[in-house]
Amino acid sequence: MTNHWIDIQNSDCVLIMGSNAAENHPISFKWVTRAQERGATLIHVDPRFTRTSAKADMYAGLRSGSDIAVLGGMIKYILDNDLIFKEYVVNYTNASFVVSKDYDFKDGLFSGYNPETRSYDKKSWAFETDAQGVPVQDASLKHPRCVYQLLKQHYQRYELDKVSAISGLSRDELLRLYKTYTATGKADKAGTIMYAMGWTQHTVGVQNIRCMAMIQLLLGNIGVAGGGVNALRGESNVQGSTDQCLLYHILPGYLKTPLVDEQTLEMHNTKYTPVSKDPKSANWWQNYPKYMNSLLKSMWQEATPADAYRWLPKLDNRNASEYAWLTLFDKMDDGQFKGLFSWGMNPACSGANSIKTRQALGKLDWLVNVNIFPNETGWFWEGPGMNPKEIKTEVFFLPCAVSVEKEGSVTNSGRWMQWRYKGPDAPNGQKPDGDIMYELMEEIRHLYTKEGGAYPEPITNLSWDAIATRGVFDAHKVAKLINGYFTRDVEIKGKVYKKGTLVPSFAFLQEDGSTMSGNWLYCHSYTEKGNMAARRDPSQTPEQAKIGLYPNWSWCWPVNRRILYNRASVDMQGKPYAPEKPVIQWDGAKWVGDVPDGGWAPGTKHAFIMRKHGHGQIFGPGRADGPMPEYYEPLECPVKSHPFSSQLHNPTAISFDDEQKAVCDPRFPFVGTTYRVTEHWQTGVMTRNQGWLIEAEPQVFVELSPELAQMRGIENGEKVMVDSLRGSIWAVAIVTKRMKPFAIQGVEVHQVGLPWHFGWTWPKDGGDSANILTPSVGDPNTGIPETKAFMVNVRKA
Amino acid sequence: MDGKTFFVDLTKCTACRGCQVACKQWKKLPAEETVNRGSHQNPEDLSDKTIRLVRFQEQVIDGALHWLFFPEQCRHCVIPPCQMATYEEGSIIHDEATGAVIYTDLTAKESFEDIRDSCPYNIPRQDPETGIIYKCDMCIDRVRVGKLPACVQSCPTGTMNFGDREDMLKLAEKRLNEAREKYPEAQLVDPEDVRVIYLAGFAPELYYATLSAYADASPIRRSPMNKQQFLAKMNNPARRMTRA
Repeated sequence: MTNHWIDIQNSDCVLIMGSNAAENHPISFKWVTRAQERGATLIHVDPRFTRTSAKADMYAGLRSGSDIAVLGGMIKYILDNDLIFKEYVVNYTNASFVVSKDYDFKDGLFSGYNPETRSYDKKSWAFETDAQGVPVQDASLKHPRCVYQLLKQHYQRYELDKVSAISGLSRDELLRLYKTYTATGKADKAGTIMYAMGWTQHTVGVQNIRCMAMIQLLLGNIGVAGGGVNALRGESNVQGSTDQCLLYHILPGYLKTPLVDEQTLEMHNTKYTPVSKDPKSANWWQNYPKYMNSLLKSMWQEATPADAYRWLPKLDNRNASEYAWLTLFDKMDDGQFKGLFSWGMNPACSGANSIKTRQALGKLDWLVNVNIFPNETGWFWEGPGMNPKEIKTEVFFLPCAVSVEKEGSVTNSGRWMQWRYKGPDAPNGQKPDGDIMYELMEEIRHLYTKEGGAYPEPITNLSWDAIATRGVFDAHKVAKLINGYFTRDVEIKGKVYKKGTLVPSFAFLQEDGSTMSGNWLYCHSYTEKGNMAARRDPSQTPEQAKIGLYPNWSWCWPVNRRILYNRASVDMQGKPYAPEKPVIQWDGAKWVGDVPDGGWAPGTKHAFIMRKHGHGQIFGPGRADGPMPEYYEPLECPVKSHPFSSQLHNPTAISFDDEQKAVCDPRFPFVGTTYRVTEHWQTGVMTRNQGWLIEAEPQVFVELSPELAQMRGIENGEKVMVDSLRGSIWAVAIVTKRMKPFAIQGVEVHQVGLPWHFGWTWPKDGGDSANILTPSVGDPNTGIPETKAFMVNVRKA
Repeated sequence: MDGKTFFVDLTKCTACRGCQVACKQWKKLPAEETVNRGSHQNPEDLSDKTIRLVRFQEQVIDGALHWLFFPEQCRHCVIPPCQMATYEEGSIIHDEATGAVIYTDLTAKESFEDIRDSCPYNIPRQDPETGIIYKCDMCIDRVRVGKLPACVQSCPTGTMNFGDREDMLKLAEKRLNEAREKYPEAQLVDPEDVRVIYLAGFAPELYYATLSAYADASPIRRSPMNKQQFLAKMNNPARRMTRA
């Protein structure tokens, strides 16, 4: 989230698209309801009428996967009717930037496409720069190659009738949606987007979100109270785990994983430290070396950062197609892995294409399953279609402590790091994950020291004791190390910071090894003032009270800034665009309100300080699949063509050539999607073991329209079979008007949906995972699987 | 002192079922074995083990689809007819301080049919083994120590409210006026008669046949009391005095 949960109450129009917030983020509706009480309009756009739709002022059904058509149509509506917040767009976005002469877009493909590698050479997407290297800009937005004009040209094709024909929304619904949402383009109005997996789990997942971010920039909705781009995270700490580098392509704090051709720290730092010649660009990532070097120093405290850098593992490239989830399991299925730690996860049910995943687990020599309950992953060898005698994988189950039995922090969707104290001890000596990891690595270090091995230095030199006290994992020590210490006495701006004291904030981190910090973004979270995340003080100033800002309650990255990009909420004089809902304001000498995005006087620095040129990116030249979102069908779809180009699918999407896809395949005529219900969580390992929850949602179901039920002769409540190219599962039919057929290019297209919370182990007649149906195809930027739009059949069991 | 009252704003309910689960958790009620019957509503009905149930109802109103949610519980009638239907002293207690209607184990000695038929909302349920009759008791143990009932505590949206009757009636009137902007048919359901006052956005029978005691033609009650009978019974001062 650029904003935070409470802030939703400040919105004038809440768009929920790609999410079923009322069911999957029930607490969020405290704030959505409050916004509605204050007069906000709630819009829900979703393939299915859900408990969220039930509370919405407007609901519109769309066929899964057609979001970019609808959003692209909204961009056209904004531009055609000149509804942009012009002052904001000119000052704070790159709409005025002139793009390279070489940039081109033809029939669904951007310039630089290489069909051999299914990837783009992005050189031609660059901005034109002047002699000093500053982007050429035209504040009149008239230059034919400026972003604004390219945007107009690009979305000219997204006509109302075409959008309607491919998405299933009627013209009237589209117009009502566009009119209502774009009314937030006024200076003092704010619109917000709440999205979740309904947007991310597509082969165009990143571009779905990009498209909305562009709309938010055009309407001046980023940085303001009640605005922003808000990802509703699916787990209590998924934001935290991403911040701490759960994924392959980043190190903590979104630093880059080194590549093999970056042999030295200097080469690496030079490559990722952007240089801006514009004196008004804060270009915050110019500090990259300070953060990288402090991270290295936190891991290998006795070494210099340059030496420590050599010990970091290095990738061949940073392509999702090479290292992300789907490929890991594809390679595992090819026998390329010996072992797997499945830690707090249940891939046998959670990953797309479960049968393939379960089969891949059987190719391992060993599998360590760390969880609080037995699950389908640890017991895959006795699952459906498996013969235990033929499976060689040796499986170890490590039962661990649950969240309330250990101390530590979680970081929520709104980036609040919240410290949790420990409740009861775990039973039977079960240990917290941190203890298991600490002891495991201790043993590995012991073995490397004793027996040697290939390249032991990174492991034997690791400052592993820094996270333990007398040989026991210590959550406070970890949190302090993440914040960071001075490694020697340092004088900064006339003040001496002693060796061993905690660094006050990331502005104090150094490149020369005199500071260490496990994650620069969290530097300021645990200081000499104490554990900031443990604060529970509701005090606030009258300005802060106006927008529900609680700066002394927990702690938020970065530096306790609650609303990101908040310099864009004020004009060049520092006056809030929405005086009744001020995020920050300049009182003549300093900023008051939220922690500003840098303390410089108003108008002296560009607002988007994390971008090299300081501007919000309507044109985004960094993505794998293009600088502007373009419409493509899901890799499995019910149409042979769409109205926007002859390029049917995302040409850069991740897929495996040896796996078939159902495109207009008469065997699989219906669009399928997966989702969650309030009562279950993820693959259901925790909730399927909870009687009161399994009582409320006891079995896997498939929701379908009365029209489809009649066509297939299906009665409400009967068990039916749902099939895809990957496999089949049974499900209880819920025949409901909340599902409806869509008119797609003149043809009636049916959609069905299933929850993916179930698994064959428990409860006895609960059913299996809907991921048995979903395909191994994914987004080229993130590798996330396209589990929200695929093709199925439904038939009587 | 006019006792306690719930105000339940159905225009805000998202059917998250936090209240249904919180009720079972506080009351230590076991889960029932259920199957999916082609609906998200589960269990299917109230029972001796499920004294609070969120009911789901799809309705097309003026051509638009609505999904109506109704977290049902004992209404804690201001003058409880179920108590009038008892023969055993102390089987049903009408708590003076709160107005809570509390069933005790002595209900096992009552005629279940009489008790259930006396209820215009069809709430009481019997444990088939012990004969004890169960329903919501307003979390009287919590309320007596100043806590909110478990269902109210768990509600994220402001649907469930609880407090002094006077305050709840004021809140109900305020919310009714606000809600009418969006729901012209909005109404408070049986506010004079009960201590669980629902604000319904649409006609009560669209949510459930016995959301209101005054709804016409309830198909649920086996031996339904009509409105006149119900009022007659409640207004029978002699009967009331014998139970006071």
